[in-house]
Amino acid sequence: MSSNTLRIALVGNPNCGKTALFNQLTGGRQKVANYAGVTVERKEGRFVTPSGRQVQLLDLPGAYSFDSSSPDELITRDVLLGRYRGEAVPDLVVCVADATNLRLHLRFVLEVTRLGHPVVLALNMMDAAAKRGIKIDTGTLQRRLGVKVVHTVAVKRGGASALIEAIDGSSADQKMPRTAERSDVRHSGDDVHAEVRALLAEAVQMPRATDERDDMLDRWALHPVLGLTILACVMFLVFQAVYSIGKPMTDAIGDGFGWLGAQAGAGLPDGPLRSLVTDGLIGGLGTVLGFLPEILVLFFFILVLEESGYLPRAAFLLDRFMLSVGLSGRSFIPLLSSFACAIPGVLGTRSITDPRDRLATILVAPLMTCSARLPVYALLIGAFIPTHRVLGIFNLQGLVLFALYAAGIGGAVTVGWVMSKLRGDGSEQALLMELPSYRMPRARDVAIGLWERSSIFVKRLTGVILALTVLMWFISTFPSPPDGATGPAIDYSFAGYIGRALQYVFEPLGFNWQISLSLIPAFAARETAVAALATVYGVSGGDSDVVSLGHALSGNFSVASALALLVWFAFAPQCMSTLAVIRRETRSWRNVGISFGYMFAMAYVASFLTYQIARLFS
Amino acid sequence: MIRLSNLEKNTSAIVDCVEDTQPHDPIAQRLRDLGFVSGEPVRIVAHGPWRADPILILVGSTRFALRRSEADRVTVREVFGR
Repeated sequence: MSSNTLRIALVGNPNCGKTALFNQLTGGRQKVANYAGVTVERKEGRFVTPSGRQVQLLDLPGAYSFDSSSPDELITRDVLLGRYRGEAVPDLVVCVADATNLRLHLRFVLEVTRLGHPVVLALNMMDAAAKRGIKIDTGTLQRRLGVKVVHTVAVKRGGASALIEAIDGSSADQKMPRTAERSDVRHSGDDVHAEVRALLAEAVQMPRATDERDDMLDRWALHPVLGLTILACVMFLVFQAVYSIGKPMTDAIGDGFGWLGAQAGAGLPDGPLRSLVTDGLIGGLGTVLGFLPEILVLFFFILVLEESGYLPRAAFLLDRFMLSVGLSGRSFIPLLSSFACAIPGVLGTRSITDPRDRLATILVAPLMTCSARLPVYALLIGAFIPTHRVLGIFNLQGLVLFALYAAGIGGAVTVGWVMSKLRGDGSEQALLMELPSYRMPRARDVAIGLWERSSIFVKRLTGVILALTVLMWFISTFPSPPDGATGPAIDYSFAGYIGRALQYVFEPLGFNWQISLSLIPAFAARETAVAALATVYGVSGGDSDVVSLGHALSGNFSVASALALLVWFAFAPQCMSTLAVIRRETRSWRNVGISFGYMFAMAYVASFLTYQIARLFS
Repeated sequence: MIRLSNLEKNTSAIVDCVEDTQPHDPIAQRLRDLGFVSGEPVRIVAHGPWRADPILILVGSTRFALRRSEADRVTVREVFGR
């Protein structure tokens, strides 16, 4: 890096529009990583000023105060103090403050200016401030704070030009003038509050404390009845979109990779290499990328809800309920996402600020019935549950499906509650959540957010998932069947041996060795259990054969076993992609172990009880 | 002088102080950092749908959602008139 690169740190309160300003300044040229050992994102971007100056911009986590114990605020403080290892002290600090919320944001501005770095204060959202009749005397602020003050509108094209100009005019060696009376003695909190009040009185005129439009929207959105109705509608819409937009795309990707596998297979000689390429590599890649459409659709909605300011409102409405099951209001959206797939759910827990709440949410997310369980449920319910009418209106098959969803939710509630009891440290969980002003989400910010999320998923997980898929392929292909073998090839493979060994473990649940064996590929991706059962029962794959597979199953095992298997799928630790994401997001194998262990135990006990009880009745 | 958690909806009040429930109470400290300091105007804007928890409080020009146990730490003086 050349020595004339200017290093700038962007700081500000949460909800000050810092990220939008960062996007405005750097465009798509961003690098997202994690700070070592924590799941706080480190975002860095670059741009060149009109005079040709190279700028390296670091977007530090939003902070209300340096006097805090939250991991993100500590990082912001330590980087600014030069205490963060591996991160150079910035040449210039750009402090962003929401011009409509200076009463809160000036407090942090004062804390930042007291560190003694050259600071430029960007008064953001000046357009909203002007609309609300807020008048800010920039000259007085500049004089009183001793820093350069510029106006920005992060969401408007060219809205950062004054800031870029100020950056261009600054230089690292020529420090900004600072007020003389500033001492290095730590100021007490009261002191800062008094100073903010004095500043506001002198430089800011605010006709009304809040935005009338926000007050009106909140009267609807937070209304005990109407608010919950709106929330239910929003969630319904999101879910519909995941299934009607995401699912067909996922299927198309699956079909595409199937076709690709067939094409590649045609060009290769029959044998293990062909099987590795078609089933292992291409099939595995198809599985990984197949998650992407649903992730994108879900994250699109999560980002829009987040940017618009609705997400914290949803958390507000549901907090008391979620708290009673050991979670927090912010856990709701990730858990809801997990009904489509646990992977975006686990990735979505990044919006939960309390690390303990976040971990609890990650651990229960896989219990939500994801869409990959549906093919298995459909197969077993279709084959074993009669289409009886219950009480004249309900279909027994539908009731069983409903019971499985309810079992997942009930399981999550129980586990959340038990975890909150086990947590033991007894310290209070704080909510303390700001509900920001409503804002129109900006296409660019949503697009950049989506790009970040999906590239994190593809870049960091493809390797792991692909490796596991290839391993799965290996154990179900080798050793190959001896000449003259009559059974399906998988019988003779390592997976076959493991399946037979697992049979002893699963016998009390009523699983025969074929089911035990199918649980191995199901660990890679649940829906493959159907294909695996088709293979071991010698029914060739394809949708039309689901019926014949159903017949094969109902001829080979009992209703009690089928019910036990359904219950197993409701709770079992699957799939390995989810476990890989848990490892990624919590950076701990211990959490993966806990997740796997408790789900295995829960699935085992529940299936065992189901099998034994069902046997009594049949 | 009443607790913020007992303040009626849409009644204006002024913060008197934030009490620590334990020595070095991090939540009380956080509340002060967020602007719950003596003399600051507050008003309850909304209640959560179940057991009126959490509480949405307007302090200055910012809305914060606090759980009842958090709001219990804040004592306020009601402002009459207006």
